[in-house]
Amino acid sequence: MKLLAIETATEACSVALYLDGEVREVFRLAPREHARLVLGMADGLLAEAAVNPAQLDAVAFGRGPGAFTGVRIATSVVQGIAFATELPVVPVSTLAALAQGGCREFGWQRIATAIDARMDEVYWGAYACVDGLVQTQQEERVCPAGEVPLLEGEGWHGVGSGWNAYEDELKGRLDSAVIDSCGDCLPHAQDVARLAVAAFDRGEAVSAEKALPIYLRDQVVHRPAAK
Amino acid sequence: MLILGIETSCDETGVALYDGERGLLGHTLYSQVAMHAEYGGVVPELASRDHVQKLLPLISEVLAQAGVTRAEIDGVAYTAGPGLIGALLVGASVGRSLAWAWGVPAIGVHHMEGHLLAPMLEENPPVFPFVALLVSGGHTMLVKVEGVGRYEILGESLDDAAGEAFDKTAKMLGLGYPGGPVLARLAESGDPEAYRFPRPMTDRPGLDFSFSGLKTFTLTTWQQSTQTEQDKANVARAFQDAVVDTLAIKCKRALEKTGLKRLVIAGGVSANKGLRERLSKMGGELGAEVYYPRPEFCTDNGAMIAYAGHLRLQAGQHEELAFTATPRWPLETLPAI
Ligand SMILES: Nc1ncnc2c1ncn2[C@@H]1O[C@H](COP(=O)(O)OP(=O)(O)OP(=O)(O)O)[C@@H](O)[C@H]1O
Ligand SMILES: [Mg+2]
Repeated sequence: MKLLAIETATEACSVALYLDGEVREVFRLAPREHARLVLGMADGLLAEAAVNPAQLDAVAFGRGPGAFTGVRIATSVVQGIAFATELPVVPVSTLAALAQGGCREFGWQRIATAIDARMDEVYWGAYACVDGLVQTQQEERVCPAGEVPLLEGEGWHGVGSGWNAYEDELKGRLDSAVIDSCGDCLPHAQDVARLAVAAFDRGEAVSAEKALPIYLRDQVVHRPAAK
Repeated sequence: MLILGIETSCDETGVALYDGERGLLGHTLYSQVAMHAEYGGVVPELASRDHVQKLLPLISEVLAQAGVTRAEIDGVAYTAGPGLIGALLVGASVGRSLAWAWGVPAIGVHHMEGHLLAPMLEENPPVFPFVALLVSGGHTMLVKVEGVGRYEILGESLDDAAGEAFDKTAKMLGLGYPGGPVLARLAESGDPEAYRFPRPMTDRPGLDFSFSGLKTFTLTTWQQSTQTEQDKANVARAFQDAVVDTLAIKCKRALEKTGLKRLVIAGGVSANKGLRERLSKMGGELGAEVYYPRPEFCTDNGAMIAYAGHLRLQAGQHEELAFTATPRWPLETLPAI
């Protein structure tokens, strides 16, 4: 199995190549530089592994939620690659990838993800890490930081920029359910890749034109008041 | 070279295939106008969201239309600016990535260069050098064109673009959004003798334009009229005649100043019938040839991007893997080929 994964929904830009169980990743903190970086990163990874795009089995991407423009860059780049090569695409939740990072890096079992969505809101999700892969516990949503759904039980860890931006609101709301958090943690393409391989095996790949963003925030404009 | 062209700079998704030997092989366009009409103007975030959904199906459609397979494509051209950053990035990301995966060169095209070269897709195309009048939603410019990328701006609008003036005036007259073409249709039934509006900046030398005062003048005239349907048509006619006449006066000056005998009109407003007639007449008087794109290539389209991209790719220019979108991008800074 050879899979290329792209994640650009936050300030981080990363690309990973999954090669039969081994994952290589390039990762850079580069706000607003994603378009300039992403294809060069992909090209470098493939060249190093002596693989060309047509030899891949699938392409994966962080389909959001996150910064709208960033989410669209990953989506559009993956659409282009998959359309050109007629490869299947695996969309992966950016929140799930973020949680997967917490599971991989710290071994955390119960992970509450919050990405700063501005306007006092967070993109929110809750996951359990089972056999090294995260599973969804609460459906992802966008909501005010002080109104996130309560977490069941104890021993949760927070991951994502929302935990920096709205630490007081989140901790106030969730009280003792959360032990610790990593507000500087960002989603990684290598975690998109790991989740994508599992999703691909479950038959969750789609065609290029169905590779679309999930923004969660759909109210982006206020209709002019009726005259 | 067979080039795939992609246009996503604003509120239309355009795709086309242009071949150096066989010409234009296919093109298609999806307009988001109806979606934005509800808000009285383009909502950038909605525009970007729509491009992501529409682009690949349109590419498939054009390939099928032209009977071309993916493997035959030799290069990809996409609009890299000027325009809405989020919208541009969709076309640039898809376009640059397609080219990378196919192992073919890609080029980011300047949207206004696309407009400017669009008349070359017609039979009996203009040859260099010529004077170009670019009149669109965001631009009004007179350009001396000596070749691809050899542009000298002779004059431009100091405020509203001509298309913008049409749209804003139409909105004031209650003609909806985007009202330019609606206003133009209404003007046809207006009495040309009913009013005479000023021709801004024609009483002094120079090739710059200003249309924002005309808009206010139109509103005042309308408010002081009895506001019948015929009054509205008369006001529309007077507005259009003033814009058309102003553009024609400046085009004539530009031809005289440069000594050139060819005039190219492009951009959305070049679809205006009154403008086409007026400039053809002026050209006849000066012994100058006047060239326009077919109406569907006056406004945004993928064909002009495929064509401009073809010229540059053919000349060996191409984009690195690090792609960008440039919302503001002066036309004069383009490299010559
Ligand atoms: N028949 C017509 N008469 C007058 N104006 C017209 C006519 N048809 C289209 N337009 C105007 O053309 C403009 C659209 O042209 P175009 O698509 O080239 O502009 P744009 O892409 O929005 O701007 P730009 O190319 O400067 O970025 C609109 O302002 C519209 O009102
Ligand atoms: Mg245009």
